[in-house]
Amino acid sequence: MLQTLQETAMRLSTLDRDVVAIAWLSLRVSLSAVAIGLVLGIPIGAILAVTAFPGRAALVGLLNAFMGLPPVIVGLVLYLVLSRSGPFGSLGLLFTPIAMVAAQAVLATPLVAALTRQVVADAEAHLGEQLRSLGLSAPRRALALIHDTRFSLVTAALAAFGRAISEIGAVLVVGGNIDGHTRTMTTAISLETQKGDLSLALALGLVLIGIVVAVNAVAALLRGHAARAYG
Amino acid sequence: MPSLHCENLGLRLNGTTILDGLDAVIPPAGVTALIGPNGAGKSATLRVIDGLIPPTSGRMRIIADGPVRRAFVFQRPALVRASALANVALGLVPLKLPRTEREARSHAALARVGLAHRARDPATRFSGGEQQRLALARAWAVEPDLLLADEPTANLDPAATELVEGLIADMAARGTKVVLVSHNLGQVMRLAADVLVLARGKAVEHGPARAILTSPQRPETRAYLSGELPWTSFAAAS
Repeated sequence: MLQTLQETAMRLSTLDRDVVAIAWLSLRVSLSAVAIGLVLGIPIGAILAVTAFPGRAALVGLLNAFMGLPPVIVGLVLYLVLSRSGPFGSLGLLFTPIAMVAAQAVLATPLVAALTRQVVADAEAHLGEQLRSLGLSAPRRALALIHDTRFSLVTAALAAFGRAISEIGAVLVVGGNIDGHTRTMTTAISLETQKGDLSLALALGLVLIGIVVAVNAVAALLRGHAARAYG
Repeated sequence: MPSLHCENLGLRLNGTTILDGLDAVIPPAGVTALIGPNGAGKSATLRVIDGLIPPTSGRMRIIADGPVRRAFVFQRPALVRASALANVALGLVPLKLPRTEREARSHAALARVGLAHRARDPATRFSGGEQQRLALARAWAVEPDLLLADEPTANLDPAATELVEGLIADMAARGTKVVLVSHNLGQVMRLAADVLVLARGKAVEHGPARAILTSPQRPETRAYLSGELPWTSFAAAS
């Protein structure tokens, strides 16, 4: 136990090459997935909040349900789509970081959309009548409300990042956990624990926790600054 | 200027009757005040006129020579978390003006309400009076044919009220038709040319402001006006 802790400390203090490479890949994959989730999810959520149409309630219910999509199922579906016999098999994306980004984006997008819809709907209750009276179109109202709630939407981005960086099922299925290629922090922790290399698993675990804490701290600072500036 | 034809307007929301066959023709010029007790349907009427709420029955017709540019000022100003300038400019987006003209008109509107020096400040940091002036600047910038104002001074101190009243009078003098909801009968007397009295979702009396306020004909109007407390009553009692 003591020896494991000493090795973990050594890996972290010397910026172990494996730890850095795996952490860097995880960050790139998850940040890319979150970026896609934000680009798609924020407009979807905002438009759902400002428009009324038949079937909207069912769509919102579905979106909320998709927040809890099991990652391993997402991975399985994407595996079928990207496998050689699947519709996108010819692209050769299976077991690549791009497939992992796609899988995490599928998990992040409904989460961002559902949280955005809630935040924007709350703002719409306060501002919607005024924005409609100005004669603004639904997309323009959605844009104004996204701007109004931009600091609250940081929470949606944080939630999406937390879901992406900490999930293992989807990236394991579509990434394959290939050493030096598609091995992320979560898949590596799982594998190294099974292999008995606890120091690497523990080092990656601490880096993962550190990243999550750091990202949340930056978001909290940003929100605090925004609250002081804009009320 | 537009004339507003409320034709047997009915409105039911969540099982409650808000408007119950409201008939009125609001003339195209000057300020028309809507008065009446709480729940009479004044705010709902403004929203039906603006098209924010479709009537459940009846018809709202706005008759004018061309398209009618509208602006709505609410009792509580609704401002986005952005600068004062951005809030005013937002109202000009539907006009599809070039960016430079949009900014110039926004600056001019802020200057008109005495907020030019705070153009870049966050609107949500403004006091209640300043926020209402900003809301009026947004309406002023649009150069509306029709201004709908729902108790715009209800939360303001006397100085801010005077300023807002000046702006409304200014817009009416520029040719904007103003429909004002107010419980402040002094304000109604100062601003309005005609008064439409509402009670229980119906129009019960309509005529020149002075005539309605000094010699009301209908019992509903008399009951509403007699309900106003004389400003000396508490002083006399103490």
